[in-house]
Amino acid sequence: MTITSIPVPAQAPAAAPANIAELGLRESATFDRATIADIQRAAATGVYDIRGWGAKRKVPHFDDLLFLGASMSRYPLEGYREKCDTDVVLGDRYASRPLHLATPVTIAGMSFGALSANAKEALGRGASEVGTSTTTGDGGMTPEERGQSKHLVYQYLPSRYGMNPDDLRKADAIEIVLGQGAKPGGGGMLLGQKITERVAGMRTLPVGIDQRSASRHPDWTGPDDLEIKIGELREITDWKTPIYVKIGASRPYYDTALAVKSGADVVVLDGMQGGTAATQQVFIENVGIPTLAAIPQAVQALQELGMHRKVQLIVSGGIRTGADVAKAMALGADAVAIGTAALIALGDNDPRYAAEYSALGSAAGFYDDFQDGRDPAGITTQDPELSSRLDPVAAGRRLANYLRVLTMEAQTIARACGKSHLHNLEPEDLVALTIEASAMARVPLAGTSWIPGVRGSF
Amino acid sequence: MVTLTAPEATARALDGPTVVDLAGAPVRDLNQALHQAADGQSWTITNPGGKHSLAVGINSDVSVTIEGHAGYYAAGMHQKGTVKITGNAGVGLAENIMSGTVHVEGDASQSAAATGHGGLVVIDGNAGARCGISMKGVDIVVGGNIGHMSAFMAQAGRLVVCGDAGDALGDSIYEARIYVKGSVASLGADCIEKPLKAEHLAELADLLAAAGRTDNPADFKRYGSARNLYHFHVDNSTAY
Repeated sequence: MTITSIPVPAQAPAAAPANIAELGLRESATFDRATIADIQRAAATGVYDIRGWGAKRKVPHFDDLLFLGASMSRYPLEGYREKCDTDVVLGDRYASRPLHLATPVTIAGMSFGALSANAKEALGRGASEVGTSTTTGDGGMTPEERGQSKHLVYQYLPSRYGMNPDDLRKADAIEIVLGQGAKPGGGGMLLGQKITERVAGMRTLPVGIDQRSASRHPDWTGPDDLEIKIGELREITDWKTPIYVKIGASRPYYDTALAVKSGADVVVLDGMQGGTAATQQVFIENVGIPTLAAIPQAVQALQELGMHRKVQLIVSGGIRTGADVAKAMALGADAVAIGTAALIALGDNDPRYAAEYSALGSAAGFYDDFQDGRDPAGITTQDPELSSRLDPVAAGRRLANYLRVLTMEAQTIARACGKSHLHNLEPEDLVALTIEASAMARVPLAGTSWIPGVRGSF
Repeated sequence: MVTLTAPEATARALDGPTVVDLAGAPVRDLNQALHQAADGQSWTITNPGGKHSLAVGINSDVSVTIEGHAGYYAAGMHQKGTVKITGNAGVGLAENIMSGTVHVEGDASQSAAATGHGGLVVIDGNAGARCGISMKGVDIVVGGNIGHMSAFMAQAGRLVVCGDAGDALGDSIYEARIYVKGSVASLGADCIEKPLKAEHLAELADLLAAAGRTDNPADFKRYGSARNLYHFHVDNSTAY
């Protein structure tokens, strides 16, 4: 963490004595070392901690689910011979030009400003290479990004920084952002270190200020207005462009139903593990619900309205592996989005920069001070020297590799479950390892037919 | 659906504007036709009936007159040419306008010219709450009063109010300039009165003239950002 205009003495991370247990020292579960450091930091600065990344606390997640592979009563597919399709169509409810992606793993919205131009270009290159989409962020569309992205989703945010009808017409889809999983109910934030002349120009802001984005849209409130707003965007784009509605997971059952009612083509649902470039830590860790808990609620809303698979559901927040992709889709998602994992694939938190992370008071694997703009990997920065460290071509190739691995891993699981398309995965393929995950995901606890909270299960 | 034809294909184009009667034609056909319109054309829309999203996304130098009341987002994302509304306009009039002119002869509801990046929005009557919210370069001239939270987070452009302003004017304002002739119920966080110098009188005179008004620039007061909240600072924690 770092707060502008408040000098914080650089401190090396306190090394724990090697012989804690031998000395009979006992760490408090309530006041652990991280908590003590937070209190000390607050007392020293008088300002809350701002950081990047999503929730770091442990919550029930996809790790708590397992697949039931095929056996006597289900036929598996041959791993290297029989087809398992992965393509997905997004936005065919109303839009005359829906997206048709080769893989259901998309790239989540991240702004130029939060990320360097090279990082945005790399995301576009990697996504385009495997036939999936990438997404703008709270800062408008850059020519580099549009040029490198075969499928580009243009975010429509409360701030409307850089929003203009020319870019709107160039977009392959429009994503109306109501919130994000890291901070449902909060607006964007970009600290002065990253408001360079180019970023400031794109956002019509003074150079170097600490930007606070609005948390509510300026010209509509509630689902009835949203329906009219979606109508306006459709009129401007002549009903060609798919319109997504992105919600941070808090009340996904109602929010999904209302997004459908408002006329969305696609609902994007972001759980609390979803990342941010800069938000108060107290917000990231304490507002919103886990991705695992959110998906079944959204799917239930879609099913009750008869709109499951008609209005597509994109799930994000903590997707790391092909297993996570398969589990999200088995629970009813049509596609997923990755943000944090995509940045790691580009080179974020790479151990090769261990010495520099250490000099910033962090460590490879822990670095989350995206708001500071001093990212040694050249991703979450606007510093020209740091940005130049990221080769957009090589980083784009790493992302494409990673996206291919996610897709192949998901196919591996789907074939084992006897599915010829990732969309054929279903909740019946899953069991839960814990009671909490069972209740949230609404699949039985492994070895039982019990789903806590579901009537009639035993 | 009724298919509208471009003016050159109609007999009426020879001696006057193309008339679209929304009592019969759907809004979709109107907007599609306007998106295909050529520079210099004139269009008149009758029986608008308060319908939403009228004349949105115009991208050619056309002159459009809406005879009556418009609903939400009239002339939304306006880019070129002129749109005149002879009645009242609903929420989000000319939202995100880029250039060109939008003129309402009656009143406008809340969030008029929200997030506008350029161009001129003239409201002869009153404007509701949040007029000019998050404005990014648009010029707005209101003949009457404006509601509360107007010019909230206003980033750039000029807002001229010939009547009174409601509560919390210019809250969290950035570099936009506000001119008010009448009273201001209260100023929002970080918004202060500023001296009215010669350059301001000159730009105000230009704006009033562009809006077809005869008010005296010297009768106005100027408001803008104190720039105290541009950086997060512990001492500002009670300002918001």
